[in-house]
Amino acid sequence: MKTNMTANKQMNWSVRTGAVLTLAAGLILSGCGKSDSSGGATSGPKKTVANIGSDTMVNLAAAWAEAYGAVDKSTVIEVNGGGSGVGIKGLLNGTAELANSSRHIEDKEKAELKEKRQLDAKEYVVGFDALSIYVHKDNPLNEITMEQLGEIYRSDGKITKWSDLGVTSIPGGKGDELIRVSRQNNSGTYEYFKEAVVGKKNEFKLGSLDMNGSKDVVELVGKTPNAIGYSGMGYANASVKMLKVAKKKGDPYVAPSIASTHDKSYPIARPMFFYTAGDPAPHVKAYIDWVLSDAGQKIVETTGYVPLPKK
Amino acid sequence: MNPGGGLQPNSTKTMPTQLAQAASPATIKLAAPRASRSPAALMFERVIEVLVYACGISAIIFVFGIFFFVFKEGAPFLAKLSFTEFLFSKEWIPTSSVQPKYGTGALIVGTLSVTLLAMLIAVPFGLGAAVFVSEFCTGKVKETLKITIELLAAIPSVVWGFIGLSVMSPVIIATFHVPVGVNLLNAALLLALMSVPIMVSIGEDALKAVPDSYREAGIALGATKWQLVYRVLLPAAKNGLLAAVLLGVGRAIGETMAVLMATGHAVNIPDSIFDPVRTLTATIAAELGETSHGSPHYQVLFLIGVLLFSITFVVNLAADLVVKGIKKK
Repeated sequence: MKTNMTANKQMNWSVRTGAVLTLAAGLILSGCGKSDSSGGATSGPKKTVANIGSDTMVNLAAAWAEAYGAVDKSTVIEVNGGGSGVGIKGLLNGTAELANSSRHIEDKEKAELKEKRQLDAKEYVVGFDALSIYVHKDNPLNEITMEQLGEIYRSDGKITKWSDLGVTSIPGGKGDELIRVSRQNNSGTYEYFKEAVVGKKNEFKLGSLDMNGSKDVVELVGKTPNAIGYSGMGYANASVKMLKVAKKKGDPYVAPSIASTHDKSYPIARPMFFYTAGDPAPHVKAYIDWVLSDAGQKIVETTGYVPLPKK
Repeated sequence: MNPGGGLQPNSTKTMPTQLAQAASPATIKLAAPRASRSPAALMFERVIEVLVYACGISAIIFVFGIFFFVFKEGAPFLAKLSFTEFLFSKEWIPTSSVQPKYGTGALIVGTLSVTLLAMLIAVPFGLGAAVFVSEFCTGKVKETLKITIELLAAIPSVVWGFIGLSVMSPVIIATFHVPVGVNLLNAALLLALMSVPIMVSIGEDALKAVPDSYREAGIALGATKWQLVYRVLLPAAKNGLLAAVLLGVGRAIGETMAVLMATGHAVNIPDSIFDPVRTLTATIAAELGETSHGSPHYQVLFLIGVLLFSITFVVNLAADLVVKGIKKK
């Protein structure tokens, strides 16, 4: 109980989140913790929820955990990254009560959970992660296929010039060179784009401009007529254009939107999940319900992801 | 004479400076009033002396401490690392799920090329401005210039980076008709602007330190102002001016935030000054934050830190040797 009180709301992003972040979060949140611990002494023991998993979701999960502190002071959500697999493994060996995953649980993992703990995995869709393909607003290109994106970004891809995409002149553009804008190699967005477009077994073509934030990508594309880049759907502004994307040549081109994410017609989008082993404990269930509520979904939107369809 | 042991080291320490000017009588004069001081005052003197000593050696302790820490974090990977790959390969793919590659060749070339280009721009401007401020202007103009140049040094590097990304990038695209505006030139211009204030203030100090008798002698011989600067002042102040340039180089190599935003941050060996590049510092800044503690990627980033440390060490050492060489002549 003592440790629960001191660890009050202090999120532990140990794995893959940097020491700096941990320190910053620790400093900020231990401050909040102090003010609560006096009240905590009267309101009885605190319950902690170990929330482990996907790195794509770690910022979102941390934002939820922080906001939830104001909603229910008796429950502490401890967020850790490490990857979707780490979260599900946490369910298997009981170190996590709530796993974050940006992929479906595998049948093998389901079977293992059944065998080890005689429990069924319960799945909750908590939001969507969708990436838009951005070009400069003056670029005449409106549509692109996943194959073309692969050719642009893959290390052995053939597309290096705008004329390869049939774009002969971009107003304000200089020359034919196609400037690839990407992300730094340990961001969740980079990982997902690699998985969805480049291919897990392939490498990115070196020499892309690796920006250090979702916003920077859009900013740079808006200033560079020759550029193409990917970033979260929520980052669009007036100086860029989002391309319609088709799964393959001949398929319909779909514009990125909340609706096309929900009906799964937009190809570079994926659901994000919570998993629990069996039915969640009441305090965990309360947290999941809050995440699925309007207040929780508002946070999905503000952190740059796509919220669930409104009921 | 009776305080003996306590006083003796004090007086011997102050002696050399005294000796240079006057002979032994001066030291006797100095010792007499000291002996009459109260024990508390002597104690205070001792404490201050120890504190000053601690301040003096703290720099050494910190430098070695930092080097040790950085090296310790990266060391476990040394055994697995191929040095030729690390230093010369231009493939930096540290997060590959198939075969991670840790080649920093392109990053080293990036750091060196940005620094070199920045210095080509900054040295003429910096030293020129130092000469102008110190020799060619007086009164209000001089004060205004000095304050303005110091203001330039007060702009935070992230603001420079923002200027590079948002303001200079479109200007470079439009002016030079190149496809991308965040590139070698953009970053070098920013670094030049950032290192000019350092060069100006150190360079001006160096020129100010040249005795006025040199100037008077030059004028008496009928030299013009430019001849005076070129033939008398620059050679006389060259140590200080070299120090000014090297501090600028240090600033340029170590700068992180501005180059992260303005170079384009692309793993690329540049063909021209309009190509995007990536520097060692920016790579550490961009990638260390989200790398899992103790992973090979994490360790390699610390080895890049060691590499940076070595580069600056070599630059400083070279500077010291050059300065010593000049002194001998």
